[in-house]
Amino acid sequence: MEQPILEVKNLSIDYPISIGTVEAVRDVSFSLKEGESLGFVGESGCGKSTLGLSLLQLLRPPGQIVAGEMYYYGKDLLKMKAEEVRKLRGNNIAMVFQNPLTSLDPLYSIEDQFFETLKEHEPKITREEAAERAGKVLEDLSIDKDRLYEYPHQLSGGMRQRIMIGLGLILDPDLLIADEPTTSLDVIVEAGFIDLLARLKKEYNISLILISHNLGLVAEIADRIAVMYGGKLMEVGNAEDIFARPMHPYTEGLIGCVPNIKMDQEKLVSMPGSPPDLVNPPSGCRFSPRCPKVMDICTEKEPPLKTHKDGRQVACWLHDEAN
Amino acid sequence: MKGLLRYAITRILLTIPMLFILLTIVFLVLRVMPGDPVSAMLGAHAPEKVIEQKKEELGLNKPIIVQYVNYLGQLARFDLGNSMVLKQRVSKPILEKLPATIELTLWGLFFTLLIGIPLGAYAANKRRTGRDFTIRLYGNIAYCIPVYWMGLMLQLIFGVWLKWLPVSGRTNPRMLSSAFSKTGFYLIDTLLAGNIRAFGDVAVHLLLPSLTLGIVLSGIFVRLTRANMLDVLKSDYILAARARGVSEKLVVYKHGLKNAFIPILTMLGLQFAMLLAGAVLTETTFSWPGMGRLLMERIYLRDYPTVQGVIVVFALMVSVISLLVDLLYAAIDPRVKY
Ligand SMILES: Nc1ncnc2c1ncn2[C@@H]1O[C@H](COP(=O)(O)OP(=O)(O)O)[C@@H](O)[C@H]1O
Ligand SMILES: [Mg+2]
Repeated sequence: MEQPILEVKNLSIDYPISIGTVEAVRDVSFSLKEGESLGFVGESGCGKSTLGLSLLQLLRPPGQIVAGEMYYYGKDLLKMKAEEVRKLRGNNIAMVFQNPLTSLDPLYSIEDQFFETLKEHEPKITREEAAERAGKVLEDLSIDKDRLYEYPHQLSGGMRQRIMIGLGLILDPDLLIADEPTTSLDVIVEAGFIDLLARLKKEYNISLILISHNLGLVAEIADRIAVMYGGKLMEVGNAEDIFARPMHPYTEGLIGCVPNIKMDQEKLVSMPGSPPDLVNPPSGCRFSPRCPKVMDICTEKEPPLKTHKDGRQVACWLHDEAN
Repeated sequence: MKGLLRYAITRILLTIPMLFILLTIVFLVLRVMPGDPVSAMLGAHAPEKVIEQKKEELGLNKPIIVQYVNYLGQLARFDLGNSMVLKQRVSKPILEKLPATIELTLWGLFFTLLIGIPLGAYAANKRRTGRDFTIRLYGNIAYCIPVYWMGLMLQLIFGVWLKWLPVSGRTNPRMLSSAFSKTGFYLIDTLLAGNIRAFGDVAVHLLLPSLTLGIVLSGIFVRLTRANMLDVLKSDYILAARARGVSEKLVVYKHGLKNAFIPILTMLGLQFAMLLAGAVLTETTFSWPGMGRLLMERIYLRDYPTVQGVIVVFALMVSVISLLVDLLYAAIDPRVKY
């Protein structure tokens, strides 16, 4: 069997803070095949960004990986030296973030930020070569080459977001992690952006991890979807299957939240309650306090993530045969 | 460029009302203060008639409002007037002493930034470690120490105990004065004269007073740089740069420090007045023949026009610096346009 591009095993991440420890990610395992796109979905505060940042070892302080393993093409990421990890960033695994308005350094031109990125990985590159390569990427993103010499504040939000993607692609990585890449864009720009992402994924032949709170958006582009709640994986499976036949009550709730033009506005449900406090997470299943189908066992024991026949994984006592 | 010029001119015009208010205050305070130039010159026991005569000569017998209007009229013609105690134009001692003060202030500023910014940036990068703690402690102590006390300590350590550095004046009195006659900036003059020995002597004399200023004012810049760096290092573009594989050194010093420098620049503009105030005190401690010493002497003699003249020059220096700071903004930050 082909080696997966990324393999994560039993990853747990903590933020030790003054009032206790935020258990931001707990026991998360997944793997990503070459060329695959995987979406992580869940409400805000579920640990999606933390998970994404940890893959590049860019956790904001005081975050730390407390358990687990991560492999990139079989290489142990957590055993790499700092300099090796730096070289991996951008070159092998690139990441783009939620806020395009603040993700570019306001004091440097776009050209400078492209040149710097290239130079840090290819020390011999000249400014001219860098500008040429950046120009090509910008063209792919339907941005005029002359924009290269402008400063971030001279560009629109949508344009800045595309430039962030361009900076992510310039080194031709194998894997792109996009964390809420459309959240700060308006709906029209958002639709175009997802198409763009799908096209780039093919053209640049990359694997994709897309992080979003919006299940509908992720479903448009992802092959597989991983639903996260309270730092844990609740359900993992093929995008279509999950949409057609959600097994976890939390996934059902998320699907209920997806706005649908055909759907009667009245029926648009938003899930009651809010994500758990990760310093003192609920006992048993972390979703149990909000679960419409909660049973006695749910508040007592944590359900394990079980693999079902078609490869679907669910962590819910409703679907545990032993129960 | 045209916008820039217009901006500069507006800024200069705007300093006029500020100068006017400042002068009014100084003018009144000087005259409300007990004592006047005549009794300062002639002593308290001079005959009434001589005092009256002298007062008339100096125009001090006229109502204050008339004196004030006359003085403003003079200023409007760019004339600082005559000293009331010595037979000299006010501009004469000012032009003589100004280079000494500028030299001291600029080197003080140099040491302030040289100490303050790297220490602050380093502390931010090493936050919550022992080194960070030590640097913060230094910053707080430097910030709290009065300038003259710092000056006395440095004099004691480097001048009296170690005998490494001179503790007063701009040069050794035995140095030939021909080396210092061109611009009044001794470092420049000695270089122009090609007199390396004199240059060294001047540099050595400058060291302690400018270091005194530099250390005391570095405290606030350590704190400010550290706080700004910590803020900037949390920003999204820093994370994004790291995610592109930009090395830690570039992230911290190219992106971090340059962005953190913008508020530091603001503080620089604001602190320049403090720097001048510090220079005045330092000059006294180190017998530095500059504007500060001149100001002290002439306040003591109640030489109204000279005191006012010195204040005008100080105020102009502050406005020029704040204008320069604004121009620097535009050079550093592409978002700033005039
Ligand atoms: N720097 C940090 N310090 C302390 N807690 C943090 C930090 N960053 C995130 N967290 C906490 O970790 C949890 C997961 O956050 P995050 O990964 O941002 O979730 P998501 O991306 O799904 O919204 C949240 O409870 C959040 O409060
Ligand atoms: Mg997030």
